[in-house]
Amino acid sequence: MTGTPLLQIDDLHVRFPIAGGGLLGTGRRLLHAVNGLSLTLEKGECLSIVGESGCGKSTTALTVMGLQEPSSGSVSFRGAPFSGPGAPGRMQRAKAVQIVFQDPYASLNPRQTVHASLAAPLRLHGIRSASEIADRVETMLINVGLTADQARRYPHEFSGGQRQRIGIARALILEPEIVVLDEPVSALDVSIRAQIINLLLDLQEKYGLSYLMISHDLSVVEHMSDRVAVMFFGQIVEEGSWQHIFANPVHPYTRRLIAEIPDPDVAIRARDPAAGFTDVPLPQGRSFAMDGSNTPDVFTAPTPSELVEIDPGHRVRLSLRD
Amino acid sequence: MKLGFNILLGGGLTALVIVGGLLAPWLAPFDPVLDANLMNAELPPDSTFWFGTDSQGRDVYSRILYGAQISLTVGIVSQIINTLIGVALGISAGYWGGWWDDLVNGLTNVMLAIPSLIFALAVMAVLGPGLISLLIALGLTNWSWTCRIARSSTLSLKSQGYVQAAQTLGYGDIRIMMTQILPNIMGPILVMATLGMGAAVLAEAALSFLGLGIQPPYPSWGSMLTDARELIRLAPWAAIFPGLAIFLSVLGFNLLGDGLRDSLDPHMRTRKA
Repeated sequence: MTGTPLLQIDDLHVRFPIAGGGLLGTGRRLLHAVNGLSLTLEKGECLSIVGESGCGKSTTALTVMGLQEPSSGSVSFRGAPFSGPGAPGRMQRAKAVQIVFQDPYASLNPRQTVHASLAAPLRLHGIRSASEIADRVETMLINVGLTADQARRYPHEFSGGQRQRIGIARALILEPEIVVLDEPVSALDVSIRAQIINLLLDLQEKYGLSYLMISHDLSVVEHMSDRVAVMFFGQIVEEGSWQHIFANPVHPYTRRLIAEIPDPDVAIRARDPAAGFTDVPLPQGRSFAMDGSNTPDVFTAPTPSELVEIDPGHRVRLSLRD
Repeated sequence: MKLGFNILLGGGLTALVIVGGLLAPWLAPFDPVLDANLMNAELPPDSTFWFGTDSQGRDVYSRILYGAQISLTVGIVSQIINTLIGVALGISAGYWGGWWDDLVNGLTNVMLAIPSLIFALAVMAVLGPGLISLLIALGLTNWSWTCRIARSSTLSLKSQGYVQAAQTLGYGDIRIMMTQILPNIMGPILVMATLGMGAAVLAEAALSFLGLGIQPPYPSWGSMLTDARELIRLAPWAAIFPGLAIFLSVLGFNLLGDGLRDSLDPHMRTRKA
């Protein structure tokens, strides 16, 4: 590890009060969406958070974006607080982190031309010269594979894939350091996905971007990620490099996820223990936490467990065997 | 085409009111106030007095044309005030939530619980009769539905990607409300404003009928009804024509509003198809 990471999430908890019947809100309960999540994102890497719907990965993304306040824990950017007291305002955040949303149909204002949605942020951030704005908008459109003359059009004139390119252009127009990709291709046709994934990889190289990708689709994650964190019921159950997670998954939940990939090579390895993964001997007195042997409940805090490093950079959530 | 019927008829009636009101000085054969002649009082409709004359011998047709000016002014100005209040409160409540939302909701519920005509009556009683107080009274009392619709539309837009994207791009709250939310909820707001114009015309007539609105001798459809009330057996035309004018203009605004709603709402469009 070299110095401070670009983005650091430390023991993040996010809980939502759920109104549950009862007079005077007596039925109020807390939904534990994120439970003590810690992650680091280094400059230039792509870290993916994977997990099924409702595991808290999108809440984590919203917290990083500043769209959701953490209940406890912190997010920091280059060592400076990025959440809670002392967090920068929207204008400063905007140049640090941007987001590409899942649904390209809901992520563009239907009443704004492409040019308007790309030029307004530049103007807001103090660029006054009309020619510079036009230049930057044009360059960005070409960078994402569109043409300059498409700037005058409205979102409904574009296909889903093109809209996602516009969404990517908008996320990059202020030249942020981190881009959160919230299921960037899962709403797109399979034939378009590869194009967008390649575009994202090209742009990452070109702008030196760091990606924090949220996904439930491991085949996409496999193509893009340097590191992967697997999330289950608000906690990370396994975290490691691409090789660790895909070639040698240890946690039962990770193995189950990988077995679901509709890619024969990976799936066969996962289903056939003899051909595939080797079981790692667990430390004395430990067993896998959150392995699905007892159904977790989002309303109760999880039983104590910790991420244990079983290999350099490869951590798995274990609990004390009782 | 089925879809166009409401818009065509509503738009036609509304256009009739607008043209009649704007061109009243040229279209009206008589002055609505000065051409009073008791010798001509209570004449039935004929070729000179198309809609007959009232108890003071004034031409009902001319007075209806000038009355359209009042109705239009009241309808448009009071709806502009209502829409501004309703939209500002509704969007900010939906966007900010929290105690401000609770406050606005409470206020809206209070406004909905009190019949708006009663509220307008109270305001008029404080401000005194006249056009300006009429505009204020009707402009302050009919914004609750607009507010509710603006609030609920804002709530559904708030979680859309482009509103969240605007936040992450550094837009301030007010700018987001003005540039991202407002343009996308204009459809239903416009419909509410049009429907509200019909209600405002009706309320103006009611207040003027009660003597709190436009003061005699100036013509307003409501005050014309008041004048005609006592002579309704002798000169029914003096009541029928202003009544028809109220009926047709309110019908026009409402049909136009319905038609706009149907053509602006894609769900309605597919359901009909």
